[in-house]
Amino acid sequence: MLQYFLKRLLSLGLSLVAASIVIFLALEVVPGDPAAYMLGINAQEDTLNALREQLGLNGTILQRYLSWAGGLLVGDFGTSYTYRIPVAELIGERLWVSLPLALYALTLSTMIAFPAGIWAASRRGSYVDTGVMGVTQLGVAIPNFWFAMLMVLVFAINLRWFSAGGFPGWDEGVLAGLKALTLPAVALALPQASILTRVMRSSLLDTLGEDFIRSARAKGLSRGQAMWRHALRNALIPVLTIMGLQFSFLLAGAIIIENVFYLPGLGRLVFQAISSRDLIVVESVVMLLVFAVILVNFSVDLAYALVDPRLRSRR
Amino acid sequence: MKLLLHNRSMLPGVILTIVFAGAAIVSLVWVPYDITILNIADRMKTPSLIHPFGTDQFGRDILSMIMVGARTSIAVALVAVGIGMLAGVPLGLAAAARRGSLPDEIIMRTNDLVFAFPSLLIAVMITAVFGASALNAIIAIGIFNIPVFARLTRGAALTLWSREYIMAARVAGKGPARISVEHILPNVTNLLIVQGTIQFSLGILAEAGLSYVGLGAQPPTASWGRMLADSQTMISLAPHLALFPGLAILLTVLGLNLLGDGLRDLLDPKLRRART
Repeated sequence: MLQYFLKRLLSLGLSLVAASIVIFLALEVVPGDPAAYMLGINAQEDTLNALREQLGLNGTILQRYLSWAGGLLVGDFGTSYTYRIPVAELIGERLWVSLPLALYALTLSTMIAFPAGIWAASRRGSYVDTGVMGVTQLGVAIPNFWFAMLMVLVFAINLRWFSAGGFPGWDEGVLAGLKALTLPAVALALPQASILTRVMRSSLLDTLGEDFIRSARAKGLSRGQAMWRHALRNALIPVLTIMGLQFSFLLAGAIIIENVFYLPGLGRLVFQAISSRDLIVVESVVMLLVFAVILVNFSVDLAYALVDPRLRSRR
Repeated sequence: MKLLLHNRSMLPGVILTIVFAGAAIVSLVWVPYDITILNIADRMKTPSLIHPFGTDQFGRDILSMIMVGARTSIAVALVAVGIGMLAGVPLGLAAAARRGSLPDEIIMRTNDLVFAFPSLLIAVMITAVFGASALNAIIAIGIFNIPVFARLTRGAALTLWSREYIMAARVAGKGPARISVEHILPNVTNLLIVQGTIQFSLGILAEAGLSYVGLGAQPPTASWGRMLADSQTMISLAPHLALFPGLAILLTVLGLNLLGDGLRDLLDPKLRRART
C-alpha cells in the first residue's frame, strides 16, 4: 500500500509540474509588457525597470518560471496588474463563492442521482425506468446556462422566490448565502445528476448480473436485500470515478453559471481579468482549477485502493 | 432498415439530426429573412405566421438566425471533432503498436495532462492569449478531443493486437505501421463513429457555452450561444428570444445523443444479438 501511495504521489507531483509549465509557457507568448501596461505610456525607463523587478519580470524564462512556481508553493501568486493587490487575496475572496457552489451542486447531484439510479435499476424495463432514462437524456442535452435562465424567469421573475442574481455575502448569514446559491447550484447539478444517474443504473445492473448476487439470492435473500447488502457497494466504484471527474466539470462549469447569476466567484474574476488583460490572474485561476482537478483525481485513485484491495495488489 | 426501425432511439435521433443539418445546409442558399438587415419597427415581435419564432431586439427574424446559427454550431463542432480524430487516432494507434515503450508512456501521460484541463479552461487560456473568436473556440474544443480519441483508439487497438490474425500479418512480414492502418484501423472505425457522434454533441454544447460568455463566435456571426446571451437582459419582456435558441441547442444535442446510442447498438454485433 505504501509503495502504491508513493508511486501515485510521484505521478501527482509530476503532473502538477507539467501543468504549471504548460500554463506558464502559454501565457509567456502573449505580447506586451505588463509593467508598461500598469504605468501607462509616459513612464520613465527606470520606473519601468523597477516595477519589472518588483513583479519578477526580469531574468531568463527559467528564472521567471522558477520564481513563479516557487511562489505558488508558498501561496504567493504574485500581484494583480489591475487590482494592485496580491492575487492570492483576490482568489481567496472569490473562492468563498465558487467552492461552496461546486460542493452544493455536487451534493444536489448525488442526492438526485443515487435514488433515481437505484430506483431505475430496481425496476428495469418498467415505466419508471423508461421515465428516468428519458429525463436523464434531456438533462444531458440541455445547456445548463439556458436552464439557469429559464429558472430565473420562473422562480425569480415570475414567482419571486429567489433573487435573479448577485450574492449577499456570507456575513448576511449562511441561509441567505445558500439561498442565493440555490438556483445556480441546481443549474450546475442537472447535467451532472443525469450522467451520474445513468452510471449508477448501469453499474448496478452490471453488478446485479454477477454470480455472487445469484449466490446471495440462492441463500434466500430477496432481490431487494441482495441489492442493498451486496450489489450497491460493488456498484459504487464506477460511480466514484465519475463523481471525481464531475468535480472538475463543476468547477469549470461554474465559470459560465456564475456569469448567468452575476456571482462574484472565480468565473467572474477570470472574465474580468481577460478583458483587462490581467494575465497573472488568469494564469493563477487556471493553475488553481487544474491543481484541484489533479488533486481530486488523485484522491479518487486512493479511495479506490481503500475500497477495493484487489486494485492495490494488481499494480 | 429494419434494424433502424427496431431501435427506439435511432429514429428520433436521425430525424432531429437531419432537421438541424438540413437547416444549416439550406441556410447557405436561402433563409426566410436576411439577418444582416435590421428592422427596428418590427422588433421583439412574438411568434406569428410571418415570423414563426418572432423577431429579436433589432427586428431580425429568429427562425433565420437559428438556421444560420446551426451552421456556426455544426461547423465549429465538426472541425473540432475532426481535429480530435486526426490527431488522436494516429497517436492512439502508435501508442498501441509500441505498447509499454517510451513513446507510449509519453503519449499517455500527455493525454492525462490534457485531461486535467477542462475544455472551458483551455478556451479561457487560448482567449486570454489570442483573443476571442470562433476559430479559437474550435481549437480549444479540438485540443480537448485529442486525448478522448487517443485513449479510445489505444484501448481498442490493444485488445486487437493480441488476436491471431494480427499475429498472422506479422508473420507475413508486415510492419507495425502497416498493420495499424490495414488491420487495426478498420476494426476500430465503429467505435470511432459512435464516439465521434458523442463528441460532436458535446462540441455543440461547448460552443454554445463559449459563445454565451463571449469567448466563441463574435458578432456579426450568428450563434445560438450569443443569441441566448443577448436575450438574457430582455428575458422578462420577451421570453421567446431565449426560448427558441435554447430549444435548438437542446434538440440538436438530444438528436445527436440518440443517434449515438442507436449507432452503438446497431454497430456492435454483440449488443444486437443480445437484443434479439
